[in-house]
Amino acid sequence: MQVGLNHYLAVSALLFGLGLYGILTRRNAVAILMGIELMLNAANINLVAFNRYVAPGALAGHVFALIIITLAACEAAVGLALVLAVYRNLETIHVDEINVMKW
Amino acid sequence: MGELAAFIILAIVTLLPAVVVVTSRNLVRAAMSLIPSFLGVTGLFVLLQAEFVAGIQILIYAGAIAVLILFVIMLTQGGTGTALRQVNEQQLVGGLVAGALTIALLSLFLRTPWPLVAGTLPRSNVAAVGGAFLTNFILAFEISSLVLLVSLVGALVIARREQ
Repeated sequence: MQVGLNHYLAVSALLFGLGLYGILTRRNAVAILMGIELMLNAANINLVAFNRYVAPGALAGHVFALIIITLAACEAAVGLALVLAVYRNLETIHVDEINVMKW
Repeated sequence: MGELAAFIILAIVTLLPAVVVVTSRNLVRAAMSLIPSFLGVTGLFVLLQAEFVAGIQILIYAGAIAVLILFVIMLTQGGTGTALRQVNEQQLVGGLVAGALTIALLSLFLRTPWPLVAGTLPRSNVAAVGGAFLTNFILAFEISSLVLLVSLVGALVIARREQ
């Protein structure tokens, strides 16, 4: 049996579901960011797999995957800086306790 | 046959640590489990003949983002103890929603007749990716460099201590 496009799509769907579960159930903001990283990885698997099996002549999937990796690094840096700022001011990073807009 | 075996091993290496990432009570263990998950995705990229994306994945995800997450876990000690409850009360609903979305995605993926094209990628595609970035995708390239600069300055401003 050959490894085909559907195998990669199945792995990426499972990874996406796991990331979504983490985002929906975690209280800790850092753990929510980890779930987001898993979902971005699932998207990257999809892009590279489609590039390989549907359009092997073009490299657009690779380029998009690289741009997503770059933006994921930006998102992690800014998100974690926000977590640090919230922790310094409110002494908590549990998102269900961060419920003030002004103090 | 060897490709299938490698794919199954890499899929397990990707998905099992991801389960630990979203369920572990110990946040340091969850963050460390991100690394094998990212490395499994890297292996999948190598199987898909995307060597350059695989290298960047190791450098940025396994190298930079995992370390950054570990640093923030250390700096925010008040929220990361194992004695604290790490999940909210919507565990059941969240599991149902995530499971339903996964099943929907799987059935969608497996039913769609993708227009498969036989063929392989260029033998060494690093130069081709670089050329694509500087010709067809020059606008996306420049904008992502601008976004990098803005997020660098923004992260510094947000995380800086007020004097």
